[in-house]
Amino acid sequence: MNVTFSEAELAFREEIRAIFRDDFPEDIRRKRELGVPLERQDMVRFQQWLNERGWAGVNWPEEYGGTGWSPVQKYIFATEMAEADAPAIVPFGLSMVGPVIYTFGNEEQKQRFLPDILTSKVWWCQGYSEPGAGSDLASLKTRADLAGDHYIVNGTKTWTTLGQHADWIFILARTNTDVARRQEGISFLLVDMSTPGVTVKPIITIEGDLEVNEVHFEDVKVPVQNLVGEEGKGWTYGKVLLQHERTNIAAVSISNFRVRKLRKQTTKSIRGAAPLCEDRNFMRKLAAVEVDLKALEFTELRTLAAVQSGKAPGPESSILKVKGTEIQQAIDTLYLEAAGYYALPWVQEQYVLDAPGDDWVGEGAETQSSLRYFNFRKASIYGGSNEIQKNIISKHVLGL
Amino acid sequence: MDFSLNEVQAMLDDSVEKFISNEYDFETRQKHSGSEQGFSSEVWRTFAELGWTAVPFSEEDGGFGGGPVELMVMMLRFGKGLVVEPYLANIVLAGGVLRRAADAGQKERWLTPIVTGEMQAALAFVEPQSRYDVSNVATTATADDDGWTLSGAKGVVLNGGNAALLIVPARTSGQQCDEDGITLFAVAADTKGVSRSPYATVDGHQAAEIRFDNVRVADDARLGETGKGYAALDATIDDATLAVSAEAVGIMQIMTDKTVEYSKNRMQFGVPIGSFQTLQHRMVDMFTDCEQSYSLLIRAAMLASQESAVTKRAISAIKYQVGTAGRKAGQEAVQIHGGMGVSWDLDIAHYFKRLTAIDQMLGNADWHLDRLAG
Repeated sequence: MNVTFSEAELAFREEIRAIFRDDFPEDIRRKRELGVPLERQDMVRFQQWLNERGWAGVNWPEEYGGTGWSPVQKYIFATEMAEADAPAIVPFGLSMVGPVIYTFGNEEQKQRFLPDILTSKVWWCQGYSEPGAGSDLASLKTRADLAGDHYIVNGTKTWTTLGQHADWIFILARTNTDVARRQEGISFLLVDMSTPGVTVKPIITIEGDLEVNEVHFEDVKVPVQNLVGEEGKGWTYGKVLLQHERTNIAAVSISNFRVRKLRKQTTKSIRGAAPLCEDRNFMRKLAAVEVDLKALEFTELRTLAAVQSGKAPGPESSILKVKGTEIQQAIDTLYLEAAGYYALPWVQEQYVLDAPGDDWVGEGAETQSSLRYFNFRKASIYGGSNEIQKNIISKHVLGL
Repeated sequence: MDFSLNEVQAMLDDSVEKFISNEYDFETRQKHSGSEQGFSSEVWRTFAELGWTAVPFSEEDGGFGGGPVELMVMMLRFGKGLVVEPYLANIVLAGGVLRRAADAGQKERWLTPIVTGEMQAALAFVEPQSRYDVSNVATTATADDDGWTLSGAKGVVLNGGNAALLIVPARTSGQQCDEDGITLFAVAADTKGVSRSPYATVDGHQAAEIRFDNVRVADDARLGETGKGYAALDATIDDATLAVSAEAVGIMQIMTDKTVEYSKNRMQFGVPIGSFQTLQHRMVDMFTDCEQSYSLLIRAAMLASQESAVTKRAISAIKYQVGTAGRKAGQEAVQIHGGMGVSWDLDIAHYFKRLTAIDQMLGNADWHLDRLAG
């Protein structure tokens, strides 16, 4: 039993760390530090920066232009990326549809779509959820009816994250209604959002931002060449993608970074007042979250070590999403509490500045704490709500 | 990175598992626990024959050379078996101080019979006023030309009634809570002036209140340097904290398994109670807590093996975890077992009591969280 990295892994870590330290775009770093939201071009530029180093396809096999890294290398990379306070990779292209295309797509689709995903030339979004469907994904009603060499798509997708930026959308749509199980008859389609009949309507979320959208399809013609894999097998492909999503949203390395930053912040005295670290109540709550997070870090490492040695991840991997999001939200709550009164100001114009001026309200990203707190209530809801996750663990791990 | 057991550890794990499943069922445990001595001498001899009493001691001390991981492996299994034999008190606590503080002659006299399983010993480190502060020592030892005179009171001394040898921290200088000025003594339990009131504890183990009234010991009963006993004591307490944490994780795991199993078979309103979502989610929480606890446990054991600078914090993290998650798991297991959960005849009640007792000792959840917050 040991938790040490090999020499090669340590060298790999050094290499990644040095590049994030020396080459990372300074203006993006600055925005992150101040809590200024990134714009579309910032996110694209960051991902292109990754791609120039061969790091865009973190999980991709080498033959499709991915890194081909081992599980431990991926873990190290995620950690270093979090430690550099780099933005998260927008998952829809690189982490979701990309892997579905290289796993289930045909040769023509691979050649057509994968390069533009790696270079972030095309922005993808996800069309799974529908109004009223909630976590019951299989109840989806969007139809794709075959008419010659096209499908005609009708329906509405919702909670489409960053859909306002997207060029393409991947959707699950019903191609056959005469099925024994609701999970059958669903197909995985790729849709160009500039096709006539596609409209995007913004949904303003709790913190007042535009992050998610409704996407409407009205007699949208989608060529049959855009069907991934077999017709009616979309549920299977979509599930593979969701499993991937679940491990990503544990976000252990980001939580580690945020907790450490918060602990540091508590030692700072503002204008001569006693620092927050003298508040035992607060520090005990922080310590409790740290323990939970350390535990999750090792739970994730146990999963990694199993995969690394060629075994299937054990039952411990099933808890990553629930615990990961619970911990994220607990950290958000601590940041909110730490901000005190300065959780209140909602100074929208401040969030597009790139440098704090004399009229900057609050210390650093304090005034962002409440927005993040509100926004991240989503974490225990998306990707299959935490209650759904518990149903899954109950059934598949405990055998209930 | 590798979280699997090596060959030797796996063999140890296997041998404890076999013993528990073949020779230590719940009824047997209850019989040993309810006996006058509170444990079985025969079982202890088996522990010695199988080499388990030698596990945490170095080869020079006649031991097996095991470290924190080996200790963890055994204690996880002892937890599942609800073992009452005083492994913690005798081997980890008393043996732990002796191996760290005793000289060669003292080891031959007192440590060897512990390693070979021939003698019971106890570490009398708790005092009625000390709570979880190990440096809070009011028992005094005064030197004269012929040796030392010990006076004071020790409380809840695990295995204290059965021990032939007592390891006694006593104050030889400084203030009552100073780390400096604590000296360790090995005192035969039948020495004049030692009086013991043994009793059973709620978790089926044994302890004693022990008074020392002008107890005379020679200077060769002093373990280590005068006034410098705290370091050995503190390191031993860390071992013991890791050990009971492992025991607690073992208990949490088996309680979760047993509760899930029970819920599949217990019928109410014509269906198994395990089909109720409210119970399913609570059992998922129990399972999650077990996984998280096991993660913190192996982390602490690995860091302790590497003598890492953060070992103490890692041990506090797991002890806090089993204090909080263990209490929850225990209460939930009892609740889901319904009336059976509060019945003496069912093992669930006794697992719950042992988990509760573990949180009460060696720093409870609050105490360890406070250490982590600082």
